[in-house]
Amino acid sequence: MVDAFLNASGREMSLKDKFFEFNWGFLLLIFAIAAMGLAMLYSVAEGNFDPWASRQAVRFGIGVCVLFVVAFVDIRVWMNLAYPAYGVALALLVGVEFIGFRGMGAQRWIDLGFIQLQPSELMKITLILALARYFHGLTLDQVSRLRFLVVPALMIGAPFYLTLRQPDLGTAMLIAIVGVVLLFMAGLAWRYFIIGGLAAIGAVPVAWGMLHEYQKQRVLTFLDPESDPLGSGYHILQSKIALGSGGVFGKGFMEGTQSHLNFLPEKHTDFIFTMLAEELGLVGGLTLLGLYVMVLMFGLTVGLQTRNQFGRLLAIGITVNFFLYIFINTAMVMGLVPVVGVPLPLVSYGGTAMLTLMLGFGFLMSVYIHRNYEITRNPGAFW
Amino acid sequence: MLTDGTDNARFKTFSRRAAILGGAQLIVFGGLASRMYYLQVLKSSEYQMLAEENRVNMRLLAPLRGEIVDRFGTVLASNRQNFRVLLIPEQTPDIEETLTKLNRVVPLSETQWKRVLRDARRSPAFLPITVSENLSWAQFAQVNIHEPDLPGIEPDVGETRHYPHGPALAHVVGYVAPVSENDLDDEDPLLKLPGFRIGKSGLERRLDGELRGAAGASHVEVNAYGRVIRELSKDPGTPGSKVVLTLDMDLQKFATERLAGEAAAAVVMDIHTGDVLASVSTPAYDPNDFNVGLSQATWDGLIKNPYKPLVNKTIAGQYPPGSTFKMIVAAAAVEHKVMRPTERIRCTGKTTLGNHEFHCWKRRGHGYVDMRQAIMHSCNTYFYEAAKRLGIDRINEMAHRFGLGESYGYEVPGEKSGLVPSRGWKRATTGAPWQQGETLIAGVGQGYLLATPLQLAVMTSRLANGGRAVKPHLVRSVGEEIMESPPAPSMGVSDAALAVARDGMNMVSNVPGGTAYRSRLTEPGMQLAGKTGSAQVRRISREERESGVLTNEELEWKQREHALFVAFAPVKDPRYAVSVVVEHGSSGSRTAAPIARDIMRLVLERDPSNTLAEGPQAPANSLVSPLREG
Repeated sequence: MVDAFLNASGREMSLKDKFFEFNWGFLLLIFAIAAMGLAMLYSVAEGNFDPWASRQAVRFGIGVCVLFVVAFVDIRVWMNLAYPAYGVALALLVGVEFIGFRGMGAQRWIDLGFIQLQPSELMKITLILALARYFHGLTLDQVSRLRFLVVPALMIGAPFYLTLRQPDLGTAMLIAIVGVVLLFMAGLAWRYFIIGGLAAIGAVPVAWGMLHEYQKQRVLTFLDPESDPLGSGYHILQSKIALGSGGVFGKGFMEGTQSHLNFLPEKHTDFIFTMLAEELGLVGGLTLLGLYVMVLMFGLTVGLQTRNQFGRLLAIGITVNFFLYIFINTAMVMGLVPVVGVPLPLVSYGGTAMLTLMLGFGFLMSVYIHRNYEITRNPGAFW
Repeated sequence: MLTDGTDNARFKTFSRRAAILGGAQLIVFGGLASRMYYLQVLKSSEYQMLAEENRVNMRLLAPLRGEIVDRFGTVLASNRQNFRVLLIPEQTPDIEETLTKLNRVVPLSETQWKRVLRDARRSPAFLPITVSENLSWAQFAQVNIHEPDLPGIEPDVGETRHYPHGPALAHVVGYVAPVSENDLDDEDPLLKLPGFRIGKSGLERRLDGELRGAAGASHVEVNAYGRVIRELSKDPGTPGSKVVLTLDMDLQKFATERLAGEAAAAVVMDIHTGDVLASVSTPAYDPNDFNVGLSQATWDGLIKNPYKPLVNKTIAGQYPPGSTFKMIVAAAAVEHKVMRPTERIRCTGKTTLGNHEFHCWKRRGHGYVDMRQAIMHSCNTYFYEAAKRLGIDRINEMAHRFGLGESYGYEVPGEKSGLVPSRGWKRATTGAPWQQGETLIAGVGQGYLLATPLQLAVMTSRLANGGRAVKPHLVRSVGEEIMESPPAPSMGVSDAALAVARDGMNMVSNVPGGTAYRSRLTEPGMQLAGKTGSAQVRRISREERESGVLTNEELEWKQREHALFVAFAPVKDPRYAVSVVVEHGSSGSRTAAPIARDIMRLVLERDPSNTLAEGPQAPANSLVSPLREG
């Protein structure tokens, strides 16, 4: 079986090979985005590195290390670890039911002593790994066969149900969407999506009944923010005012009135994009979005260049996950979707998100470095 | 190919779908960019306005209230520094402890203490709360010294209205007091300022709009919790207009002292211009008390006082004019030619009309008197006859020409118009027909007749100035605007008629036997001409009349007659008129006349054309009216 692991040129890559294959331009992109985030965190603290910018910089540094380590590990190792990692994440997700404590009004965190782990974050990555691993082993014909769909349905369904129970609607939706996108990319026949789409529309009233009161409130407020300008609608309204008043060139770095006078909520986390657009204007906002688009295009290109299905699906999964973060966060602060607690990747202050993102980029880079590896559908263990 | 051939098919599908996915992502980003364009370009100005509304708070600044001064510039109402102590709750770790410490320097009442704690709970911790106001300088200095030991305590200086002359001007200038619910019809946002005060009485009320000025504003930047970050701009506002009165404060003060202890009123007028030089109503109250906040005890005292200190008697006190009305009857009789001034009538002490007897004050009668003598001796019988010949309606008409039963649009609010009866009036109000006996009673200024001290001064002025219908006024200028009063028109009474009345008044004061001869002025060129009046406030029964009328001294205060005196001076070329009413003062000649004389003496001494008098003088031109030369 050993020959199955050879790359196109017929040889194993050395560490030196991998170093040259590493895409340094991508790393520069990541640094540029993180730098914009750090600048905003510096502004939030009225021109101080403490308490946010400095700590975020350290986390980013750790994240870069994680990225390197993950990127240089052979893609086949990650392939073999896909199912065990998923298993661990699922176990942790079940674990929060018993040992998790309540934070932010929802049961989402698990305390491992040295770090407060958010299993749902871990799940998003491991689900991508596991689904990529599973579909790597199927031919195109098999993908659309009903009996081969039972396993991925369970893989997606279990964490979806568990996160929904916490309750964490946002993450549950992300898990579902990432899962569905991977089914799509694996080649699942169109008819499933048409039927599924119709079923989803039919399920809306049922889902509405299952929502918690505060979740319903958020959706209602989103639909008509002016109905409650001092209550739940306040955040969306203030965010729109901040964005709009920024204009084309913004009010100037550290000059955002909405942000600095505290009309804007959560400006170092969920609403950091608003602050950026207020201070740096349309120009600043589009610059950041442009950088994100470049990251996404890179991810897509990696998928298209990779000669193994596991790598392709992994790259696409990571990219889509990244895309969803950006979309939900920015659309939320612009008043396009309801207020959901999703951070802006690489920019919002927060440790878990930063580490899982860099972990994801590590996988993406690992796929890129090992893109020429051709791997059989059932390669067996590789250690 | 080491991998099985199926990968090609998977890759083809993957590539196709990756293109779809990438395209979808680009479309989404296009949507996001459009949304940003919409918010930040198309709607930007709208949101910029909303952001400014969020950020900028306007705080009103109270303008300085206009000063009120007398004709010589003496300050009658001004603004004084108000030393107060504020507490900013967020600056102290323990409010109670701070208050306990403050209490050693500035004693706090139980209610103040509770109010501060309640306000501290209710309002944001960075907003100052007023702990105590109107501190003495000594207390304020103490607070400043101890400020380092009093965390959260801030000494502060505000402005408050001050009336340096206290009660002497209470009824003229009035007072300011905190805004009440009823005042909120006024939409001036200033009224909603905490601690703002508006004119509630007197000129402070009438001229409130002019005195108040226009609000200033300070634009401050605030954060989402309302805390002030910095001041952006400041407009101090327009201070209120300065008001100059025609009043002479020294005269006002003298008259106030002269009336002290009585329920009385006095008005001094320039007979040509209508300038009111003094307007006194006693007793009064201290207008400063109303500004600071009246205690219940003080208020009860003012309400229950039988001398009615809250009433401005000069314009709201209505009294039967008594014998001071006789000049009107005399002038009417001459004007309507029902009597010649030289006609002599015999006074036997009483007149009979039908079943009724009408008495003269002198029981044994005055014998034969002509019209001038009748005024000099205040003979009732003569005027019973004159009134009988005139009839009430002609008396009424003449009284109105002299300004009785009229209001003048005087600047001080609360002016009453008195009452001059007529046939029509009685029918309309009581339904009963007019009785001739009532005409006789009106002829001596009694019955339904009522006049205010201001009206009596106006009446005397019109008599003395040659028959011009002068109107009284108190305000000389408001800010830059000088209150010009048009030249008074003639009231259409012949000189002959006026001369008789004036001659009679001259005799009252300057001919031995006149009812006010004892209260004459002897200084050369200062002689006054007056008329006494005593207004009955009770009915004297036939039985009492037979057993001898009780003297005023025998009656309780409330039953005694009102004492009245009106006068003009100098006799030759008169310039001033004065009226004095002392409630239940018993006798016009004994009580009111000496007061009026003393006031008139000072008036004449202070007249700039008087070269004899020494002492503080006003600038010569300030008292000279253009009318006088004409």
